[in-house]
Amino acid sequence: MTPVRISIAAAIGSLLLILIVLELIRGRRLKERYALLWLATGVVLLVLSAWRGGLNTIAGWLGVSGYPPAILFAAAIMFVIAVLLHYSTVLSRLTDDNVLLAQEVALLRARLDALEAAEPAVTTTERPAG
Amino acid sequence: MTRIVAVVPAFDEAGAIASVVEGIRAFDPGIDVVVVDDGSTDSTASIASAAGAAVVRLPFNLGIGAAVQTGFRYALERDYDLAVRLDGDGQHDPAHLSKLLEPVARGEADVVTGSRFRDLDGGYRPPLARRLGISWFARLVSLVSGQRVTDTTSGFQALNRKGIALFASDYPSDYPEVEATVLVLKHKLRLVEVPVEMREREHGSSSITFVRSLYYAVKVTLALLVAMGRRYAVPSEEAPR
Repeated sequence: MTPVRISIAAAIGSLLLILIVLELIRGRRLKERYALLWLATGVVLLVLSAWRGGLNTIAGWLGVSGYPPAILFAAAIMFVIAVLLHYSTVLSRLTDDNVLLAQEVALLRARLDALEAAEPAVTTTERPAG
Repeated sequence: MTRIVAVVPAFDEAGAIASVVEGIRAFDPGIDVVVVDDGSTDSTASIASAAGAAVVRLPFNLGIGAAVQTGFRYALERDYDLAVRLDGDGQHDPAHLSKLLEPVARGEADVVTGSRFRDLDGGYRPPLARRLGISWFARLVSLVSGQRVTDTTSGFQALNRKGIALFASDYPSDYPEVEATVLVLKHKLRLVEVPVEMREREHGSSSITFVRSLYYAVKVTLALLVAMGRRYAVPSEEAPR
């Protein structure tokens, strides 16, 4: 059986995670699409730590006989791996987007340079008064 | 009139770029030269410009693959019929340009690669490790694509409109040549190799150091395995507006 103090500490920890993520979303420092996996992590860990019977049952299924809280670690690690993998895909997409933008900027600048060289009289700084 | 552009990727090649640009212009003044400056910290861009090239300056270093792709996007945008890539370090001799361009100009190939190994008396003997790597990739690419290829790591290439459109839409990132070769064959473009010699670098050092070769081998092998299972869409040859 899981020691009560571990269950309490784990529940508090998961609850903190959920609250921090919600606060980050509220303060617009975290986009919802990147928060979902973190929220799922917090909720699953909260359920596993509060529902002590369930944790024992799952530990039994998986053949973890000596120390049921090991399931908490396993679940946490699985979710962290999922989050990291998700970030790797995000990072790859951002890299591609970044390359595309840089190429576009360079091609546009070359085009602009050519246009300005052809028509040096054009002034681009005029603004309406007032 | 066939419009031809020479795409020259260059990163910190202030010492070599002028002779590369002048070499191309001396070979045929009708060929436009575009130097893609891949975020150089030296005066590569201004020297290239003074030598008579159009210069596309990337705002920061993107790596050779993205720099080359920028050049092909330039060629596509400006409706060039043929493009030829020569590296900014001077290892590709403009004297071979006609050999490279003729098959595409005659419509016999979509992509022509200058191969150092097509002609076995070519005299190019790279160090053992590199030779092993090069032949490993040549075998792997031949296996994946079903066409015998002798030099998959050569960046000395001429392309027609089809090839330009392909590389403008999809070009691999670092160490791109091997994957690009597979890309060409998977898209059923006609690839022809012609024998060329390559010159030793005149300035600076090759970007492939011994430490990086392992990353190179693993990365490219992985990409080739992935390439076998990928699906390939045919890119548009229309210039983007």
